[in-house]
Amino acid sequence: MSATTHDLPEQGVAAAVRSYIGRTRGGDVGALPAVLSLIVLAAVFTVLRPSTFTNAFNFSNLLHQGAAVIVIAMGLVFVLLLGEIDLSAGFTAGTSAAVMGVVLTNHGWPWYASVLACILTGAVIGTCIGALVARLGIPSFVVTLAAFLGLQGVLLKLVGEGGTVPIRNDILLAINNDNMPVWAGWVLWAVVVGGFAVLSVRRAIRRRSHGLQAEDLSLVVAKSLVLAVLLGAATYFLSIERSRNPEVSSIKGVPQVVLVLLVLLVVLSFVLSRTSFGRHVYAVGGNAEAARRAGINVRRVKLICFVIGSSLAAIGGILIASRNNSISPNTGAADTLLYAVGAAVIGGTSLFGGKGRVLDAILGGLVIAVIINGMGLLNKPSSTVYMVTGFVLLVAASVDALSRRRAASTGNV
Amino acid sequence: MAQPIVELTDIVKSFGPVSVLKGVSLKVYPGKITALVGDNGAGKSTLIKGLAGVQPYDSGTVRFENNVVTLHNPREATALGIEVVYQDLALCDNLDIVHNLFLGREVTKNGQLDEDTMERRATETLAALSVRTVKSIRQHVASLSGGQRQTVAIARSVIWNSRVVILDEPTAALGVAQTEQVLKLVRRLADQGLAVVLISHNLNDVFEVADQVSVLYLGKIAAQLAVKDVTRNQVVELITSGRSGAQDLAPVGDTSASNEETATS
Repeated sequence: MSATTHDLPEQGVAAAVRSYIGRTRGGDVGALPAVLSLIVLAAVFTVLRPSTFTNAFNFSNLLHQGAAVIVIAMGLVFVLLLGEIDLSAGFTAGTSAAVMGVVLTNHGWPWYASVLACILTGAVIGTCIGALVARLGIPSFVVTLAAFLGLQGVLLKLVGEGGTVPIRNDILLAINNDNMPVWAGWVLWAVVVGGFAVLSVRRAIRRRSHGLQAEDLSLVVAKSLVLAVLLGAATYFLSIERSRNPEVSSIKGVPQVVLVLLVLLVVLSFVLSRTSFGRHVYAVGGNAEAARRAGINVRRVKLICFVIGSSLAAIGGILIASRNNSISPNTGAADTLLYAVGAAVIGGTSLFGGKGRVLDAILGGLVIAVIINGMGLLNKPSSTVYMVTGFVLLVAASVDALSRRRAASTGNV
Repeated sequence: MAQPIVELTDIVKSFGPVSVLKGVSLKVYPGKITALVGDNGAGKSTLIKGLAGVQPYDSGTVRFENNVVTLHNPREATALGIEVVYQDLALCDNLDIVHNLFLGREVTKNGQLDEDTMERRATETLAALSVRTVKSIRQHVASLSGGQRQTVAIARSVIWNSRVVILDEPTAALGVAQTEQVLKLVRRLADQGLAVVLISHNLNDVFEVADQVSVLYLGKIAAQLAVKDVTRNQVVELITSGRSGAQDLAPVGDTSASNEETATS
């Protein structure tokens, strides 16, 4: 530890792999549990249901099913980073979607105005929760539990007992049902992979020109190749014709909702990792008192995180409504929130605050989606699905707690 | 001696009926380490919090480079270049050294964090302080030893070209070797021309690095002396009774104070 080394280790592929193994052993497991469980679950379901689980139709179905949970989980990442929790995210999604449905269908608003109303509803809910938590200092658990109950009532009021609000707007229905043309899927693939490679190379060149340690070119190439192969395989798979009667209606291409997820991933990751605000979020989650003494407005950071969380939940609500073609008192109810929390935690976001990424929500959300989807194909009753999902969440939380303990002893928090 | 950079005169501060500072005067010189010692409850923390702008003084004047200044909030103190390193270090374990050094004052370019500039400046600052014990500037603070954490906290106080650095018990939780390291670092701060105020319970530290020592006794300065002119025993006497029998050093008068002292201790 007291070695006089300011010269930093080289950053080639081998070194990167070594340092990754070192970090993992030190307790910084990151996304590893999510990736491993994705592989294991996919393998198990493939063996059990070789024809139905692996076909392209099911793969796109899985993305549609998981999209809403993933977006809600992205919002939860902001709240979890503070070491807080938002139990009301599910009903925030439902209530916001109901507001959208009512103004769209019953009052004839245009779709964009309805979407805006939906996200605004989420933002207002987030502001209320955030203000109560940050200003009054009520534990977020209690505030959002109250909001969970209250919003359930609001949703019921908006939709009417036992009623549903149908969504008939084509654009809103397309968001989480339709696919992009095949060529657009490949353009998206090229943009993502190319963008990643160009940004990585530029960053490495800039850092080297500033005399700082930088990634080796071989590492950038290796990372880009892995990304290209993985996303390429997914895009290829999704470009296969999945309709039973291609003459009647053709179903192929990357689901449009993937674009929504990608845009949110890029924007939110930028906010968390490249702006002062994002840095302050991590600081508040790591040590609120230190953040306060450093001149950070802790209350404001908390408030904004709750607003972001609830606004994203509202976007998740749009995806649910789009998928179901309607809003019912069950929109965002029951397991939605738990799946979302599970997604964030399985992805590697800590329940203790200060650690997490937006990407975690996507990885964890895919794990959850695979479980729900695979169990459905096995014709397992809901009882089994709940038990398995609960078990997976428990495993994820244990991994979080254990890795945290390990990290504390090796100093890799 | 040279011109003091900070000069406190007749500082008074009370919390309701409890008067904590009863007319404290203190001079802090650039390039010198001024040790501030005193028993628990003598008013050290209150004096420092006032200087940091956290708890403004009730009355008295603060001169900074001979100009009377007001210190009503931490921002005013920071603007003058007064930085405090608190006892509990106030670092974020989940962030790396660079992030901690710039916490709350991140360098941005076009709204984006300018990591390169921050990393370079952090490296320069640590090099200027001759800190060679950290392996990588990008390692998380959680992985650092107590001495290294203290080093980061001190580096954070000087990275913004500060003029006066106040250290609250910097060696309290450290082992022998790490204490040595931190004291050397404190000495280097002074050698680079900063005014250092060192609060310590540990007279070994005081006699090792400080240039002058101010003894605070029940809200008054019992004495401000050059370290080379006093012995350890005299300082202990000043801390415990407010006077030193051998040399009658600027005695602090009133007997009621000494009675209070026996009652409280």
